[in-house]
Formats: sequence, C-alpha cells, structure tokens
Amino acid sequence: MSDVVESTEKATTMTKADIVERIYEKIGFSKKEASEVVESIFEVIKVKLERGDKVKISGFGNFVVNEKRPRKGRNPQTGEEITITGRKVLTFKASQVLKKTINP
Amino acid sequence: MITNPASDGGSMTKRDLIDEVIRVYPRFSGRDAEVIVNAVFDSMTEALARGERIEIRGFGSFVVKHRKAREGRNPKTGAIVPVAAKRVPFFKVGKELKLRVDGKGPADPAPSPGDTV
Repeated sequence: MSDVVESTEKATTMTKADIVERIYEKIGFSKKEASEVVESIFEVIKVKLERGDKVKISGFGNFVVNEKRPRKGRNPQTGEEITITGRKVLTFKASQVLKKTINP
Repeated sequence: MITNPASDGGSMTKRDLIDEVIRVYPRFSGRDAEVIVNAVFDSMTEALARGERIEIRGFGSFVVKHRKAREGRNPKTGAIVPVAAKRVPFFKVGKELKLRVDGKGPADPAPSPGDTV
C-alpha cells in the first residue's frame, strides 16, 4: 500500500536481551534464569503455532496460522506462468489495546 | 522438553502460556510466572510505543509503520471524512518460524541418511 511508510524515526531495536534485562530488573532472578524463561516462552508459542493453533495474547495481539491454497503466479522476470504451492503462513493481528498504546 | 498438556482446542491464551511456564519451571510461583509473561509483552508494547523495532531471533520482528492522514468516506452516506495519520504495528515472521509453521522446520526429526532433501 502506498500510504504505508517504513518508520524512519529512531532506529533503535529491542532484542531478546533487552526483554531479559527487563525481567531481571523487575524480578531479580539470575540473568541466566531470566534468559532461559524468556527463551522458553517464545518456544512454547512457536510449538503451538507449529501445530496450526492460534496464540492469543490479550492486550497485545493474536498470532494465527492461515492456510493458503495453491494459486497461479507469474515469474515477473520471464513472464512465465508458474503454480505457487499451497502453504501455511503466520499472521499477526494487533489488539486494539496495542494500537491505541502506540497512538497516544 | 516443552509439550503442552492441558490446553487443546486449537488456541492458546496468555493464561495458558502462564500455566505452561509454571509447569516447566515448578520453582517459580504462579505469581512470578504471571509477572514474567506480562513483563515480556509489556516491554514489547512499550518499545513499539517508543517507535522502536523489535527483533526476536527465531521468531520474527515487529515494526511500527506510519500511515499518512487521508480522506476517507463514510461507506453509508458517501460523505468525506478526514482520517488522521496513525502508527500501525506490523509483524514479520522470522525464517525459522516461517518454515516450522509450514511444516518444513528444523524442529522436525532429522532426515535419515539417504533421504533426498
């Protein structure tokens, strides 16, 4: 969509390490423990999604696996017609709360 | 190590995720598990609110995109209504998870020798 412009302000990136830091500060487990638990939270989510299940995080959003049917496509370089195979894709739908929070 | 016992029914909620943390880490109290899971998503929400991007290795990345103000229409009356500029969160699935969701992931049992890939 043409009205979507990639964010250009602050190129700061949050990583897993920052989340671990936050939990470490907040709860005071060892860093190793905090890191382990964050890792396993994401792993639990991945295992669920891998099975095709939904993961709904209230206040954040829903992760949903959608099944795409095979469809006809075209190699834009050669114009050759090809079949795009069916596949499962993951989509994220942000919750209203999250949308409101980032638009104060 | 991580299997999900109780919650079937095709969807997992934040509550189920908290219960799973309690199950995997019996040394944490229920309250701890709740605080941890909430802290994960709260810190992500706050990062996005600051306009930061988030990169979770093996999972995916979140970015905030800007949508310009535009003129919209009330579909019922056809009247032109101004739509304010806004920021929208986007998720891009990471390579590992993309493959796993599509059943081609590295989490699958290793192919036996002689298998063609």
